[in-house]
Amino acid sequence: MSTPTTPAVNDILKTAESLRWQVGGAFHENLMEALYTEAAQIADRAVARPDKPPRFDLDRTLDHILTSRRWGFPVMLALLAIVFWITISGANVPSSLLSQLLLDTIHPFLKSLAAAIGLPWWLSGFLLDGVYLATAWVVSVMLPPMAIFFPLFTLLEDFGYLPRVAFNLDNTFRRVGAHGKQALTMSMGFGCNAAGVVATRIIDSPRERLIAIITNNFSLCNGRWPTQILIASIFIGALAPAPLAGLVSALGVMVIALLGVFLAFAVSWGLSRTVLRGEVSTFHLELPPYRPPRILQTIYTSLIDRTLIVLWRAVTFAAPAGAVIWLSANLVIGGASVAEHLIRFLDPFGLLIGLNGVILVAYIVAIPANEIVIPTVLMLTTLMIGATDVGAGAGVMFELESEADVLALLQAGGWTLLTAVNLMLFSLIHNPCSTTIYTIYKETGSKKWTAVAALLPVAMGFTVTFLVAQIWRLIAGILAG
Amino acid sequence: MTTERIASPPAVSPACATCSMANLANLRKLGINMEDADYVVALAGNPNVGKSTVFNAVTGLRQHTGNWPGKTVGRAEGGFEYAGRRYKIVDLPGTYSLLSTSLDEEIARNFILFGRPDVTVVVADATRLERNLNLVLQVLEITDRAVVCVNLIDEARRLGLTVDERRLARDLGVPVVLTAARQGEGIPQLLQMIDEVATGKFVCRPRRLQNEPPALKQAVATLTAQLTAAYPGLPNARWVALRLLDGDERMVQALRSGELLELAQAGPTSGPAQPMLQLEAAQ
Repeated sequence: MSTPTTPAVNDILKTAESLRWQVGGAFHENLMEALYTEAAQIADRAVARPDKPPRFDLDRTLDHILTSRRWGFPVMLALLAIVFWITISGANVPSSLLSQLLLDTIHPFLKSLAAAIGLPWWLSGFLLDGVYLATAWVVSVMLPPMAIFFPLFTLLEDFGYLPRVAFNLDNTFRRVGAHGKQALTMSMGFGCNAAGVVATRIIDSPRERLIAIITNNFSLCNGRWPTQILIASIFIGALAPAPLAGLVSALGVMVIALLGVFLAFAVSWGLSRTVLRGEVSTFHLELPPYRPPRILQTIYTSLIDRTLIVLWRAVTFAAPAGAVIWLSANLVIGGASVAEHLIRFLDPFGLLIGLNGVILVAYIVAIPANEIVIPTVLMLTTLMIGATDVGAGAGVMFELESEADVLALLQAGGWTLLTAVNLMLFSLIHNPCSTTIYTIYKETGSKKWTAVAALLPVAMGFTVTFLVAQIWRLIAGILAG
Repeated sequence: MTTERIASPPAVSPACATCSMANLANLRKLGINMEDADYVVALAGNPNVGKSTVFNAVTGLRQHTGNWPGKTVGRAEGGFEYAGRRYKIVDLPGTYSLLSTSLDEEIARNFILFGRPDVTVVVADATRLERNLNLVLQVLEITDRAVVCVNLIDEARRLGLTVDERRLARDLGVPVVLTAARQGEGIPQLLQMIDEVATGKFVCRPRRLQNEPPALKQAVATLTAQLTAAYPGLPNARWVALRLLDGDERMVQALRSGELLELAQAGPTSGPAQPMLQLEAAQ
């Protein structure tokens, strides 16, 4: 076998170059045309069509409504609201059942068992009050909403609705200088930002892909939905009379989710006008036929593949986090525990931006996974207000059976409606979790852009919460005075 | 009547159709276990035609599927055993063509070209056959060993379309199987055809482009001749020529770096699975 040498390679390339000139610029078009003609001929011979087209075309009728100028957006918002509403109102009952079982029944049983076999207080505290309670809390808070939300979302996906969303949003994305397919990657981000970042591979232009990667974090992910849903149910829903509470909380969550979409647009616009300037590329988007979703199979796979995987991830992060929190709450230096020192240190800044030291510490603890923000907040609040009279020891969550209990606890910790609103805002606008940051680094291969994607949202989050807090206090001052 | 499952026999197989049904007993889904694969199968096709569903049907895996184009962006790999032979199957990102430059298309194209799969299964949407055949024709330019899987045949039936798979197979020169992967229909026939092409029992004579303008044809012929002289045994010289004429930087690079040389030395028949080049990460 002969080995082509560099001259041979150069020869070939030279021939190619000169031939390309001879054929002329239309080479690509000629080739495509030949392909299309041939494909059309073959398909024509192989496919027999019905003599008359069916009178009623369901797909076309649906598309006419779902992608219409007038109804496209209202339908989209209505579907979103319905999904949230079903999730919030459906999750309440199983959530309190789970917490009754895991926190009220099993935890005391384990404690008495530990006492019976003579486990030292620090070991039973570390294992049961730290590791077990954090894990149990995550399961009871997260499992029910996820078990409802994911199947619903997957059903819409299976049905073929996502490309229609992309179609509706395409115009807006183009106007802000981004790629229309960003609507798809954004939707993936609603499940998981790391997955959304990987999905940006469908965008060919590196400029638009970077925009999609940096703004993906504004899609609320798995880890953040439970925070939003819980805080909205406790604080926002409480503003409305009981029959409407579920609906009002759902609307609260929807406003935050839509704010995320708006921020994705705004940041895309800002980036494409400044550091990532360039042409908007065009693309084909195929609207696939609607397919009747296979309901049972979808529920099964989304429970197994998404819910349990996400839950497992939350648990693996919550268990060590619970241990760390318990330790930091029980290691006493100079009269106060490590956690107290840290919270006191961050409290002034936290209060300035309408949050508090507990929330900031929780967000530092939660960098590996947003899922554990709420459990951490609850444990640390318990610690700070010294609600240890249930005899559980420092850094222990006492049993919180209902939302009213959580509300009472948080109010004792100095929470107001402003704290709740700003927590929801900050949960939307802050750095991506460490998994997503790593994925961004792998996908972009650039430390600079990874840093931008990680730090830009935090800076924005501080700014937004600071402004909201100032305006809120100003108005509250006027109303009071 | 409409609910009757039509077990269409493999298009070009001379064997009796009923055997293929019995052959489902020969399938062992291996999931992610793909050690010591005897053959490598690539799964290509337009976006949203059900590649991942076919993939799941033969591997028993549950790669996430969704009704939107562009769902699979990386490549998923799995394994199955059929008639005692172990197969590794690679689910490629869906692409409309192999002639452009986005990352997902490059992953698909590089794998078919440089990964040298033993069989490339092109999954096509029966309800949009004409557009899907563009990609089929491009794949047939690259590789000799292909099976065309016309999927979503249930939807086509619902629309009143009938697909003549024998005619299609004769025109394309490769086996054609009609499937409804969501329901598992046609999967036994597909497996059998993959096996026959992989083992060489079925020899493909893929159709090559015939409609191009004379000037183009001439240019391609000249360059192909030169390539074949420099790289005897290169299985897809014609396609490489097409890409060079189109000014494809990736192909120029493959020529310069000697990647093409490796391809030529492996020869036209690849037989048992070769070590694959790692081409996935483009920057």
